[in-house]
This record gives sequence, structure tokens and C-alpha cells, in this order.
Amino acid sequence: MNSPTRIAAAFAKPHPALVCFVTAGDGDTAANLDALVEGGADVIELGMPFTDPMADGPAIQNANLRSLGVGTTTADVLKIARKFRGRHPDVPLVLMGYANPMIRRGPDWFAQAASEAGVDGVICVDIPPEEDDALGPQLRDKGIAPIRLATPTTDEKRLPQVLEGSGGFLYYVSVAGITGKQQAAQTSIEEAVGRLKAATDLPIAVGFGVRTPDQAGAIARVADGVVVGSALVELVGEHGADAPEKLRELTASLAKAVHSAAKAPSKEG
Amino acid sequence: MASNPNTYRNQPDERGHFGDFGGRYVAETLMPLVLDLEREYRAAQADPAFQAEFDDLLEHYVGRPSPLYFAERLTDALGGAQVWFKRDELNHTGAHKINNCIGQILLAIRMGKTRIIAETGAGQHGVATATVCARFGLPCVIYMGAEDVRRQSPNVFRMKLLGAEVVPVTSGRGTLKDAMNEGLRDWVANVHDTFYIIGTAAGPHPYPELVRDFQSVIGKEARVQMQDRIGRLPDLLVAAIGGGSNALGLFHPFLDDPDVKMLGVEAAGHGLDGDEHAASLLGGFPGVLHGNKTYLLQDEDGQITEGHSISAGLDYPGIGPEHAWLKDTGRVEYTAITDEEALEAFQLLCRTEGIIPALEPSHAIAAVAKRAKEMPKDSVILANLCGRGDKDIFTVAERLGVEM
Repeated sequence: MNSPTRIAAAFAKPHPALVCFVTAGDGDTAANLDALVEGGADVIELGMPFTDPMADGPAIQNANLRSLGVGTTTADVLKIARKFRGRHPDVPLVLMGYANPMIRRGPDWFAQAASEAGVDGVICVDIPPEEDDALGPQLRDKGIAPIRLATPTTDEKRLPQVLEGSGGFLYYVSVAGITGKQQAAQTSIEEAVGRLKAATDLPIAVGFGVRTPDQAGAIARVADGVVVGSALVELVGEHGADAPEKLRELTASLAKAVHSAAKAPSKEG
Repeated sequence: MASNPNTYRNQPDERGHFGDFGGRYVAETLMPLVLDLEREYRAAQADPAFQAEFDDLLEHYVGRPSPLYFAERLTDALGGAQVWFKRDELNHTGAHKINNCIGQILLAIRMGKTRIIAETGAGQHGVATATVCARFGLPCVIYMGAEDVRRQSPNVFRMKLLGAEVVPVTSGRGTLKDAMNEGLRDWVANVHDTFYIIGTAAGPHPYPELVRDFQSVIGKEARVQMQDRIGRLPDLLVAAIGGGSNALGLFHPFLDDPDVKMLGVEAAGHGLDGDEHAASLLGGFPGVLHGNKTYLLQDEDGQITEGHSISAGLDYPGIGPEHAWLKDTGRVEYTAITDEEALEAFQLLCRTEGIIPALEPSHAIAAVAKRAKEMPKDSVILANLCGRGDKDIFTVAERLGVEM
């Protein structure tokens, strides 16, 4: 199965997708990732730690610092990804992070290394469509989906530019702000997802500030996927070696809420 | 990248790139905002009323033009080239920072923004921002590393007197770059009403361009003043570089004068051989941080490393993207000066000219001292004295072993 197909298959399931994020190198990442899959995550986002995570709130900032504090390198992150791919051949894996660690050795190097590690998509927070040349062509060349973000400030006029060259799914950042803070009102999410679905066939996953099964379930009724990050990352920070068990529990309750929500009607439907 | 362009003064391109550098590497939430800012800046550039208000405030509020001064005793002491100073330390608030803050707050008002944020290291840009916010009656939040808040308490008090809220930043390692991260986090959460006044010629396009343009008043005045005083342009321009705004302000109007050489002076801290310096151009590698591609202090994995300099204003792991381009094209030469050399130059200027310089231009003065000795007596060096040293007397006293 090639990369884009793995993501497409996750969103083609008869229920909305749960997308779960943890930071690479924070705690026993392999065990944490396995716990997310066992709990029912449909897509995994693996955070690449960076010294300056300027779009992230305190929870993910701290996870970055913990990871870098124990000496996590880019090679470690890729190794975590490669081993995950070995254990879970069908679960889509997306790397999420910032431009500088991704392009340090050149975009070709990174795209090649990510491809060899079995990565399906890459979310780079600080490469907007205007700077796509910095990494986008190299990722597409290797069959890796450059997953873009749309936000409440992305207007109708700009949306086609965001969609151009993007792949995998569209990540809707539901609040203008940083990760892990407040959650957007359900009505504004519904309105935004409707607007996005009219413009693209890509699945729409909604994230930022989603913490509880209730919130996740509500969003899953209108979107194709729900992204949870900070709430999971906080468990890793609080529970250390015992984190996998806690992650499995939270993921299972999130998955139950998300998977039982009625699937959002597709553009055609 | 062209190594010999016809002009060095037409950067950046329409995408905000200076050769390979610059650009708009920001989160999607901020993208529409920086595009708005660019549109508004283009409109302001074409509006004579905007320029008139900027000029009027610089003259009557900031105190421009700043004097051009022949440092006769320093020249004699060095025994070589004539040394002249552009006296931007005589501006209101004591540094060049205010030039840019005036321009940006006029843009903020033009855009209908009602809240101002900024980052600061040593506190000079924070004080300048708090000053213009008081002048125009806008609320102001300044992000400052917790460690800097402790070390620079007089500037923290100044900002508070001026009505600003100073937020100590404890995230990350609590340094200037973390203060900038926190500024960006605030901005992304308050895009509807907030204007971010960036303090140097860095960040996403159009900031490097507009900060340079506002600071170019330094070089424009200096060209005219030099012609008036000696009937020709200087042979060498020298300026200190942290983010690089005072240097670009001086250099940019001279970039197409082939006989004018230019020297940018980075902070070598304890020396370029180790990790304890803040010389992004001489000791760093290209990368992406805080919205632009430029030279950065970083490790082999692209993690940003901490800069070090005795001067808190130079202690930043990046550099404005136009300097990265000017370095690669070879138009500007870059060198670095250690903490020790800067301290010596600081004292030299105090004793020879009766001017207490900030530690930032002390780096430029140290480089001037080296170059002047190698140049003939009829040659002319013009250095930017971009800040006064009152804020640094505690740091200098500590280094000299004096208890205050």
C-alpha cells in the first residue's frame, strides 16, 4: 500500500477518523504510539521536537523540551517512525513539526528519509503555500502528502491557494491561536467545515483545543476527522512510564465518541 | 543568486525574498495578516500624508536629524583614518529603535489596530514601543525573557512608567528568542485587533523591508551630512549587528555607491571558536526561524542554540535576512568582536570623547579602532553610534569588578 492510499483508507472507514498526536522522544514513544493504536486511533501524528515551537501552547512546548532534554535527534525521530511502520503496516503516520529541523539537511534528504521510514504525510506548521518550494515538491516527489492547515483567518479567496498541492487531508485549525487552549464554538466549526468541504474533496480533520470525548464526538458529527494532541501529551508528561495505559484509556473513550458519530456527508452526497 | 546585481537596493522580490533568504515562513493563521500588512504598507508608501506624519514625528518628537560628529580625539588616539559618528544615541529614548517604532505605530493606526505587542531583549525596543504607545494612547504588552526582566530592571520600570504591561517569559529558556515566540503566540491568538511591532529587520515579509525603510533615515541623513561637511562620501561604514536594523538603516542608502565599503560587526562573545557567541553570519548556517530564512545559530539537527554576548541587544541566534543576502553577495563584509574588545572600546570612547556608548555600538567602535589604524589619515570611517550606554553601566561595572 502506498502512502497517500494509507491515509485515504483511514478516512474511507465507515466512521469518522480519530487522529492522535504525541511528541517523538517524549517518554517511551514506541509504547505510547502502540497505546494510541490499541485505543482506536485511526491516524497517528508524530511530533518532531523543536526548540522554538511558536504555534504550540504550554503542553506541547513542554513535551518538546522534555524530548530535547533527553537528547532526541532527527535520526531518533525517523527511527521511531520506521519501527512504528514495521509494527503497524496499515496505520497512517504523519510527521508534524517546524520547518528548520525538516530542511536542515536539505528538503531532498528529509523527503527521502521520511519516505524510507514509511511516513505518509508531513504537516509543517511554518511553511505556508507561499513557501511551498522549501519542501512541498520534494515530499510530493516521494509520494508523501504535504498536509496543509486552514484556519479561521483563511478566507474564501485564499483557500484555493492553500489547497493547491496539498494532500492527505486538510487540517482545520478551529481557533485562531495556539495548540491546547480554548475550543471553538460548535456552530463556527460546522460553518467552517461546510465551507471547506465545498472547496475540496480532501477529508477535513478538525483540531486545536479538542480535549474530551464529548467535544470530539460533537466535531465528528460534522467533520471527517478529529485531532487530539495536547490532552494526550499532558498524560505523557504527568505519567511518564505509566503513560501508555492512560493514553490507551483516553484514546479508547475518544475513539468511542468519534467512531459512533454519524459520518459527515461527503461533498457528492 | 546574482553575485553582481546592477543594484543592491531593489530587494526583496515580490515574495519577500532577498535572494535565497527572507520569505514568509509563518503559520497559516498569520498568513492573511502579513499579506494585509504588506498591502497596507504599500498604500502608506504611496501616501504623502503618511510620510509627512512620519517625518514630522521624527523631527519634533524623536529629535532628528541626529548630528554627524567628527570624533577628533578618538581619531588622534587611533592614529589613522578620520572617525565620524552618526549620533543616533541622541534620539528620544536613547537609541535608533524609536525610528522604527514611530513608523510601525503609524501603520498600526492606519490598519485600525487597537492593541500593540512587542518583544524585547535588553529592553531598548520595549521602551521605544512603550513610548510610542503612550504617545498614541494604545495599550501595550511587552514580552521579555524572565532572566532579562531580572537583569534589566531599570528598563522594566521605564516600560511600566510608560503604561506598558511587561510579561516575563518563562517558556523555553526565557531568552529573547523565547520572548519572540511568545509574541508570535499572542499575535496568532489576537489577530483581529493586535499589531506586532517587531524590533529588528527580521521576521516574515514585509517586516525586514519596512523596518529597514524606517531605519534608512539614518543613512539618508548621513549621506547629506557627509556631503555638507566634507564634500564627499565616507570610505567605510561600520555598524554593530544583532538583528541588524541599525546597520541596514545606515548601509542601505549607500549600497549602490561602489566606493563606500561596509563592515557589519557581530558579537563574538567569548570567541568564535566555541559556542559562546552570537555571530549568526560568521558562525551559523541558513535555516528558518521566526518567519524568515536566514543564518541561524543551530545544531546539525536544526535545533536553535543560544547566543551569548555581553550585550543583551546582540544576543539573538538569528539575523535579518537582508544581511544574509548582503553577506553572500559580498557587498558587505562581516566581522566579529569579543566581549573583551567591546569593553575596551566602551572605555576608550568614554575617555576620548566624553560619550558613554551602549555595549552594542561598542562592538562597532572596537572594529573601527582596528580598521582605522590600517587606513590612511585622509580616509574617512563613519560608524553608527546607535545607542547610549546608561542601560549598560551595571553590566560594565560588574565586568570591571566595581561594586555599585
